[in-house]
Amino acid sequence: MAEEVLLLGAWASPFTSRVELALKLKGVQYKYSDEDLNNKSPSLLQYNPIYKKVPVLVHNGKPIVESQVILEYIDETWQGYPLLPKDLYERAIARFWVKFIDDKCWPALQKVFIGEEKGREKAVEEAYEVLKFLEKELKEKRFFGGESIGMVDIAANIIGYWLGACEEATGVELLTREKFPKLSNWIDEFVSNSVIKENLPPRDKLVPFLRHRFGL
Amino acid sequence: MGEVKLIATTQSLFCTRVEWALKLKGVEYEYIEEDLRNKSPLLLEYNPVHKKVPVLVHHGKPIAESLPILEYIDETWKENPLLAEDPYQRTKARFWAQFVGDKCVFGAFEAACLAEGEEKMKAIESAQESLAFLEKQIEGKKYFGGEEIGFLDLAAGWIPHWLNVMEEAGGMKLLDAEKFPSLHEWAQNFIQIPLIRECIPPRDKLLEYFNASISYMRSLATS
Repeated sequence: MAEEVLLLGAWASPFTSRVELALKLKGVQYKYSDEDLNNKSPSLLQYNPIYKKVPVLVHNGKPIVESQVILEYIDETWQGYPLLPKDLYERAIARFWVKFIDDKCWPALQKVFIGEEKGREKAVEEAYEVLKFLEKELKEKRFFGGESIGMVDIAANIIGYWLGACEEATGVELLTREKFPKLSNWIDEFVSNSVIKENLPPRDKLVPFLRHRFGL
Repeated sequence: MGEVKLIATTQSLFCTRVEWALKLKGVEYEYIEEDLRNKSPLLLEYNPVHKKVPVLVHHGKPIAESLPILEYIDETWKENPLLAEDPYQRTKARFWAQFVGDKCVFGAFEAACLAEGEEKMKAIESAQESLAFLEKQIEGKKYFGGEEIGFLDLAAGWIPHWLNVMEEAGGMKLLDAEKFPSLHEWAQNFIQIPLIRECIPPRDKLLEYFNASISYMRSLATS
């Protein structure tokens, strides 16, 4: 049976970008369908009735939702480039950090950039606390995955690219090289990686989009 | 297979699901009870990020967060697999485990113990919407894992006991047997399994805990 891979996504969404990155790293051919999140398609509502969100990966007609779940599926279904390490303990640690990024980093960043100005100082302090853990976890590694990009790096795309775009859109400075030297280096590596940089939404499109989104 | 320790508390549903997995696989482990009001140096060293239980320690290496721990246990000890072989089935189990094992827990806790008045009504409605999704998943099956319990049964395993006690503490019903007959039946079957039953905390202590949470939240509201 000819393989059919469809990705329902939104061009500005870091979660969609994660899935595209994983598919590209694995060399999987796929069709991309951009969703207008203000006018969700019947397909999206059918494939993701619980959350009604992107991304949705549809493989041979079967939908998979939630980006971390999709990443695991991609890693298990297509061989080639490994997203998770082979070592069982390292895999558990990678899963821990992916969860940390989604459960703690994402909300913390949202509070900084989307939250009210009067709460900003506190939000920035809280975001620092969260980012410090990631700074520490990098240790002397080039990527969270070691010498090459892994699942944690992919999940950390919100820090790798979207954070910088949000800073530019809002004028709020969060991740400085002074405070976070390792993360700053990691961001440089992340955005200059050949597969990644081809698949990020253009900055000059993303920044105005975010400004508009933040009501600025 | 090496030394296994579990740092946990008896009341925590996140900890019990790890115990269930270890027992299902026949893994010998040392249980270390943690006092969360007075966290041990061990916990702070092994889980510096969240400072929470459960933490599984294998060959001296710690793993935190109950769902990653369950995945680790399943990959390390091959007896009684928790996840299916097929990637799509595994994916479905993972998705639902996150939904019921994480999101629904807080939804239920909010409906039972935190919210009041109109907020409570909304929280109950939301929690029941979640249960409706779950009902569809279990329809026609004995367990979420099929004939045997699996990953999703363990993730949802808080429902037969912890949810039941939350309902009593909060004076409301979420798992309505009429609205959710299949889920209700699954809950009865699940809790009867001996190795499941032997790990659950005593009902009176758990009720005390939830009642204390309610009193605490009320005191915050009025202070």
